[in-house]
Amino acid sequence: MNSDCIVIEGSNMAECHPVAFQWVTEAKARGAKVIHVDPRFTRTSAIADLHVPLRAGSDIVFLGALINHVLSNDLYFHDYVAAYTNASSIIREEYRDPEDLDGLFSGWDPDSRNYDQASWQYEFEDSPDAGVAEDDPAGAAEQERLSQHEQVKDADQAHASGSGGPPLHGRAKRDETLQHPRCVFQILKRHFARYTPEMVAEVCGVEPEAFLKVAEWITANSGRERTTAFVYSVGWTQHTVGAQYIRTASILQALLGNMGRPGGGILALRGHASIQGSTDIPTLYNLLPGYLPMPHAVQHQSLDDYCADAAGTGGFWGNKRAYAVSLLKAWWGDAAQPENDFCFDYVPKITGDHSSYRTVADMIEGKVAGYFLAGENPTVGHANGRMQRFGLANLEWLVVRDLQMIESASFWQTAPEIETGELVTEQIPTEVFFIPAASHVEKDGTFTQTQRMLQWRFKAIEPPGDCRSDLWFYYHLGRILRERLKDSTDPRDRPLLDLTWDYPLHGETQDPSADAVLREINGVGPDGRALSGYLDLKDDGSTTSGCWIYSGVYADEVNQAARKRPGREQGQVASEWGWAWPYNRRILYNRASADPDGKPWSERKKYVWWDAGAGRWTSTGDNPDFEATKPPDYVPPPGAKAQAALSGQDPFVMQSDGKAWLFAPKGVVDGPLPTHYEPAESPVENALYPVQGNPTTEHIQAPYNREAPSTGDVFPYSVTTYRLTEHHTAGAMSRTLPYLSELQPEFFVEVSPELAAERGLENGGWATVISPRAAIEARVLVTERIRPLRTRGGQVVHQIGAPYHWGEVGISTGDSANDLLPVVMDPNTHIQESKASTVDIRPGRRPRGPELTELLEEYRHRAGIASGRMPVGGRVAVEGTS
Amino acid sequence: MTSVSSASPAFTGKDPENRLFGPLPDVQGEAGYREDHPARVGFFTDTSVCIGCKACEVACKEWNTLPMDDSYGTRDTLGLSGMSYDNTGQLGANTWRHVAFIEQVRTVDLPMPTVGPPPDAAASRRDGIVDAPDEAEPGDSVVTAQTSVLNAEALSEFDPQTSQSGDREIRWLMASDVCKHCTHAGCLDVCPTGALFRTEFGTVVVQGDICNGCGYCVPSCPYGVINQRKGDGRVFKCTMCYDRLTDGLQPACATACPTQSIQFGNLDELQARADARLETLKRQGVESARLYGRDEDDGVGGNGAFFLLLDEPEVYGLPPDPIVTTRDLPAMWRSAAAAAAMMVGVALSAVLGSRRR
Repeated sequence: MNSDCIVIEGSNMAECHPVAFQWVTEAKARGAKVIHVDPRFTRTSAIADLHVPLRAGSDIVFLGALINHVLSNDLYFHDYVAAYTNASSIIREEYRDPEDLDGLFSGWDPDSRNYDQASWQYEFEDSPDAGVAEDDPAGAAEQERLSQHEQVKDADQAHASGSGGPPLHGRAKRDETLQHPRCVFQILKRHFARYTPEMVAEVCGVEPEAFLKVAEWITANSGRERTTAFVYSVGWTQHTVGAQYIRTASILQALLGNMGRPGGGILALRGHASIQGSTDIPTLYNLLPGYLPMPHAVQHQSLDDYCADAAGTGGFWGNKRAYAVSLLKAWWGDAAQPENDFCFDYVPKITGDHSSYRTVADMIEGKVAGYFLAGENPTVGHANGRMQRFGLANLEWLVVRDLQMIESASFWQTAPEIETGELVTEQIPTEVFFIPAASHVEKDGTFTQTQRMLQWRFKAIEPPGDCRSDLWFYYHLGRILRERLKDSTDPRDRPLLDLTWDYPLHGETQDPSADAVLREINGVGPDGRALSGYLDLKDDGSTTSGCWIYSGVYADEVNQAARKRPGREQGQVASEWGWAWPYNRRILYNRASADPDGKPWSERKKYVWWDAGAGRWTSTGDNPDFEATKPPDYVPPPGAKAQAALSGQDPFVMQSDGKAWLFAPKGVVDGPLPTHYEPAESPVENALYPVQGNPTTEHIQAPYNREAPSTGDVFPYSVTTYRLTEHHTAGAMSRTLPYLSELQPEFFVEVSPELAAERGLENGGWATVISPRAAIEARVLVTERIRPLRTRGGQVVHQIGAPYHWGEVGISTGDSANDLLPVVMDPNTHIQESKASTVDIRPGRRPRGPELTELLEEYRHRAGIASGRMPVGGRVAVEGTS
Repeated sequence: MTSVSSASPAFTGKDPENRLFGPLPDVQGEAGYREDHPARVGFFTDTSVCIGCKACEVACKEWNTLPMDDSYGTRDTLGLSGMSYDNTGQLGANTWRHVAFIEQVRTVDLPMPTVGPPPDAAASRRDGIVDAPDEAEPGDSVVTAQTSVLNAEALSEFDPQTSQSGDREIRWLMASDVCKHCTHAGCLDVCPTGALFRTEFGTVVVQGDICNGCGYCVPSCPYGVINQRKGDGRVFKCTMCYDRLTDGLQPACATACPTQSIQFGNLDELQARADARLETLKRQGVESARLYGRDEDDGVGGNGAFFLLLDEPEVYGLPPDPIVTTRDLPAMWRSAAAAAAMMVGVALSAVLGSRRR
């Protein structure tokens, strides 16, 4: 709303986040420019001032060229970049750029297919006084060594950077003039030098003029007086280089000085209510609450091991031990004592990649006995639906908790593989337990939205019949298990029996109190009173907190998330609506909204500033994201630790060096800088490097997951999947309702008139879309909103749009677009590439039964791909991973 | 006057000049409500900020428990219309809000920019797209489309409501249509049972328990809004959530709209807001913007539900110059009377003439 320019890229905000889009509408009414960069012209484009159609999977070139434009035309925000970023930090001599190594960074190991990140590191000051104080230098060094262990890398500890950067051990050498050839600024310049408007035209299919228009608008709307915001969603994350897309935008926004300031930032729109909450208090295998990493069996045998990497490093991660101990105290209460390492042994340890797709591959191999699905419909909503169904069909038991009967619960009866004969109902061993769930209006609790804001919602009605809340289900499941085991003397049962598992129960159904859970997450001090925030947490076991970043949500014994004071009754920041972590901050790193001396950059963008008279930071309504009384001229004394090791001019307080990282010396597994790689399946060659795709991409080689060769002519078209406003994700909450089903009643694909002419497709008619994984049928919508793009050498790339909501159960049914997709993953996040893969399309409906399998075999054969034939029952081993 | 007439203003006899046509400052008063009746309310639908989310359609159906139907209005049926994202099709007995989607594309032919391919090659390609795309290979037309690029300077002069997409100007118009709650409502004028009536809020509502399904109102609506439900026979249309209004709530659609495209309120306030919005858009260069149904001198005396459109009404499927079907009723009666008199005269003269003979 405070932005002067909003770039929406990798997101269809108006369609998929219509409620949030009201603020874009508001900003536009106030005069902001709205730019939409997307392969398709969508309902977002319809409202934007400028739509830039680009080829799916080419965003790093587009954004990289913007970086190059900003650097080579001296359009960056000098004072901001010099003071608040790591532009002046000097990188080790051993570092080599993809520009020097034909598309690879230094440290590449072709055997393990991953990087040793040592050469990407800063060159540290030698003087011991200059460094931060290490509590345990030897321990930290050992952790550093182990962090490069292959199994540890497989487990993707980069996720733990969700709340700040990884720890560094030392203070970087800097060249404030930015002239040193190995300083980040100069490396950046060289790295992006070939990302030009002409390269954008060749790779993205975007005209130089459209590119320059975007460049002009974002640079004219950045600086002291103005700010530009970037908005993205899964259009950026669901790529084999997804994390690097966001890195590219971060570099650009840091150069333009748009971080930590009103109207600036990079907004990650989340796909459903509380997806943000499910990463904060994670459903991810490699995270504990508050982005604490899950302990790894190779790395962390004790609490000391676990905390060694953070002890003594700069920034708020330096207090990791306090966060971890308080979490253990919240979980195991009195059982957690200093003598037993606060029950650190009770926490399960990971040994490698146990992410969702890897686990499904294990199911197909018969290695997984049971599976819980809560509000998830993977046979429709996840990539490669066939693989998902084969996985579910090779379990012993499956628990599905959902509002409606979904495809993932009825697969044993309704799966398309029953028709082809690949699955036989009578032979499927999986026992399915379908347990009806309560909807969001039938239970109390919080949603955490994209701004990190927790909003409490009150139960409106009792759930019908046997429907129960998730809280009810897991609480009573735990209660029953504990009762069964209560006489056990087996040490492996101790973690369960020692859990604090005591919440007030309400009503006839004995629903646990969500309020009490929120208070437990907030944590209490030695006096039993709710803590006011994570700065109160101690590492001696005297405090508890179920998630350190959420500490303060129950400050003063008040459910702060339940505050609903209307915006019109308070200032623009509206800090009394809900509660945002950490410490109710509405803009993170907002110290950066003031200059190094603590004065606002401009009156127009005034937000947080140093009040010298009062000796503290103050704001127009937000909570300054800085220690309240640390003056701008504070210089850390030798031996300072954690936040005290950051100066009064280091706004990025979760980073070890307090700076925005233009270059990531650590933590991103596929490179310290974003580099353009083509999607795993691409219709074009990589125009920048001989390396075609991201070399660290994760593949699962198996008959159910065959990949098409890039630039082949059997699967010549690019396909991108997406959602429609009218349906919700895998459809359980929309295809089952008549009022939503009638609005988008059938599965369709969108094609350009040119592609329709080339393939003989008719508007409203049928088409069959074929990938190496599946062949599906859809209605055709021919529209000018989809455009063929011309890339290097005049090659024309046709793109097909496919909404992924449909499956075989519900009121509105149809084939599932996600069946087309390969499971190829970003190595940082294990997220699949949904937004760019290749297919063929032809008119008419698909064959039925075994003929369908034959059609796919014929296509695979023609494309030179190995057979994808599955044995009846679908039990096969993975042939290889990388 | 204390009794409330369910008939339209036309039959109250209070203002013969204004009975069936033209401006009517107090429709409720004309309908027989006492002077302390509530202000006339309405919808202002600003299509320039509509994002086509259809929340209005869903909220309307939820609140009014309307049946699911397809784009032809066939009940309990599903089917893709193939008309952009509009699978609702039209207003009808089962659909009281309808979001229209109109895709418009125009290739922009602008002076060649300074950056790009050599001028000669580009010029020939540009000719290709303007003159004879049919003769070119499919690939070639794409090539021309890609190189006949926009001019950055000219871009800023475009209608801000028109998105530039590469070298093409694309508009995807979205507009939520609804019953207009006319000042002179044809449906209400012709209703023989009194099922249709003017509410104290100035809106027009059908009473389902009185409607006998005669269907006279259906052809009398100049917008084709009111319709009979098949298998039921009675007519249904938007009530502007009369039940919610009487409880002090907004209509469901306006409550659900995330971008304030649908605004509900007192009609005079909405009209002032719409005039200001139009002025803002005109100032921003949106020459095509216009208000529809705002003019009380139009054929229906102005609408209770009016719109800000970005193109001709026909583009949205709206009649350009709607006229209440009962406007000519007095003239018709006068003609009928004259004809009758003439026939009597002819008959008389015939009789008299025959006598004379």
